[in-house]
Amino acid sequence: MGPDPDIPYITERLSSIKHKILVLSGKGGVGKSTLSVLLSHAFASSSRPAHPISTPNGNGNGHTSPSSIPLTVGLLDADITGPSIPKMLSLEQEPVHVTSTGWSPLYLTDTLCAISIQNMLPSNNPDTAIIWRGAKKTGLLKQFLRDVEWGDLDMLVVDTPPGTSDEHLALCTFMRDAGIDGAVLVSTPQEVALLDVRRQVDFCRKAGIPIIGIVENMSGFVCPNCTGESQIFRPTTGGARKLAKDEGIAFLGAVPLDPRIGMACDFGEDFLEAFPESKAGVALRGVVREVGKRIGLDVVDDDAE
Amino acid sequence: MSLQQIPHIILVLSGKGGVGKSSVTTQLALTLSLQGHSVGILDVDLTGPSIPRFLGVESAKITQSAGGLLPVTVHEAKPAQPTVPTSSDNPSTTPSSNISYARLSAISLGLVLSSRSTAVIWRGPKKTAMVRQFLTSTVWPSDTEYLLIDTPPGTSDEHISLLETLLKETAATPAQLSGAVVVTTPQAVAISDVKKELDFCRKTGLRVLGVVENMAGFVCPHCSECTNVFSKGGGEIMAREAVVPFLGSVPIDPAFVALIEEGKRPVYPKGTVVGGTEAQEAEGNGEDAGTRDDGLLVEKYTSCSIYPLFEGMVNSILKDIEERDRNGGT
Repeated sequence: MGPDPDIPYITERLSSIKHKILVLSGKGGVGKSTLSVLLSHAFASSSRPAHPISTPNGNGNGHTSPSSIPLTVGLLDADITGPSIPKMLSLEQEPVHVTSTGWSPLYLTDTLCAISIQNMLPSNNPDTAIIWRGAKKTGLLKQFLRDVEWGDLDMLVVDTPPGTSDEHLALCTFMRDAGIDGAVLVSTPQEVALLDVRRQVDFCRKAGIPIIGIVENMSGFVCPNCTGESQIFRPTTGGARKLAKDEGIAFLGAVPLDPRIGMACDFGEDFLEAFPESKAGVALRGVVREVGKRIGLDVVDDDAE
Repeated sequence: MSLQQIPHIILVLSGKGGVGKSSVTTQLALTLSLQGHSVGILDVDLTGPSIPRFLGVESAKITQSAGGLLPVTVHEAKPAQPTVPTSSDNPSTTPSSNISYARLSAISLGLVLSSRSTAVIWRGPKKTAMVRQFLTSTVWPSDTEYLLIDTPPGTSDEHISLLETLLKETAATPAQLSGAVVVTTPQAVAISDVKKELDFCRKTGLRVLGVVENMAGFVCPHCSECTNVFSKGGGEIMAREAVVPFLGSVPIDPAFVALIEEGKRPVYPKGTVVGGTEAQEAEGNGEDAGTRDDGLLVEKYTSCSIYPLFEGMVNSILKDIEERDRNGGT
């Protein structure tokens, strides 16, 4: 079987996107979609310097612009059978528009757009099960990458389903030529989750995807009643920090379990904007900064002011 | 004994990952076993098998016999013993000595792999073949009454192949396929995925035995205050809307996690109330701290605060199945 003839088209389409990252975890329900949404929100509300020191193909050229330019971010929901992104962004009711040149992503703000299969389902029955085998899922992902008119983006965040199967292989194959900056792995602290994340590390190595680092989510919980801290998902084997050390990958931070994050996602609100100073908010901003730094994204540091 | 001879097959499904399918499967199996029913667990989560970890059989391997694949035995049956104290093994100090249970066996891809961190990177057709092989060529112990099937999240290859094969194999006796237990967590994000799973059941004609709302609240081990970390009540509302039975809410129990991860027999601070029922006392067997963590998972599970909740669920599932059997499988 020769190379897929669509790959050059995909590479062409994705060439207007500077950075592409995957959010992965072997395990379900650890917060891949939550983290994807939070990363997207965080980057979409930051800016980059107007005159980067040395980026010859930066497109901030020529304009008599302010000192910083807002970052533009796209979010691709690659979870076909369990899409969560539209709910988390309050974009559930928006249909995808198809034009002669491709599919238009859904814009939440001027700087943040997304696409998901949820927006292509009949609006009168959003709970339709998508009972698809691998080949069909691969086909849709190809269309997402080839046909969606992302335009010029600073970053594309790809939220993936749990496991190491068709979707992951498809993303790898289709995006290889366009280049993937790397993968952000998400885990919860307990061994049952880490077990699957180790398999995901193995997958990334076999598939040649660089690993940006690992985030430990739901790490500790502070009881609102007695403020005693407890580990809901106990890191009996050292948690993600130990896994990062063992596997030689970067540890991007530990985000405590905060019931308000889940609530913000249920209502489609931006947790970081609502509670920037909460413990989880501070931890998340640290993760965002770490990810930005590691992919070489030049962000104007708002925190410095 | 092959699939056709197992009287009851129950699927554990959820559209969303990480809501506790494997945890619920494990606890349903332990509870059934404690009620004297011999159980088999089939784990069809091929790329993220967790069942071996839950059952503490990670180092075991399934074997191939002339007749097919042999599942791993988690524990053998232990019949009820007459409560005559024998001087040699002093039954009064081990609280589990008078507990009886039936056999539990399991099969999972995790029990085939050479290393626990190896990624299984398989596309659909290969997963389909594996699911079929597990279903059709496993030789279950001859007394197996219930087969619980733990599934990966979603509605894709594994699920389609599973249903296809099951419907084909049970074509002669459709009552064999008892139905599905659907697991969710209370948040809206999980519910919207799980609604898709209910739609899947509807489209494939699979009966829904009921919805379990997992991770409904977390009981603080310091002050026994229950916090709804993932909100609450969503599962019940969803079940009502979809007109399927609601089996119950299960809180997060750190002691259950400790039992699975470290083999610790659950103990609770005084005044811990779970599911509105009685508080489990910590000091009942406090003297024999040294031997408290000994024993099989199934024995220690009886000390778990959420065990009574699962007893209730299993009772209502069994009643449901029984009624259906009586009415001739309709």
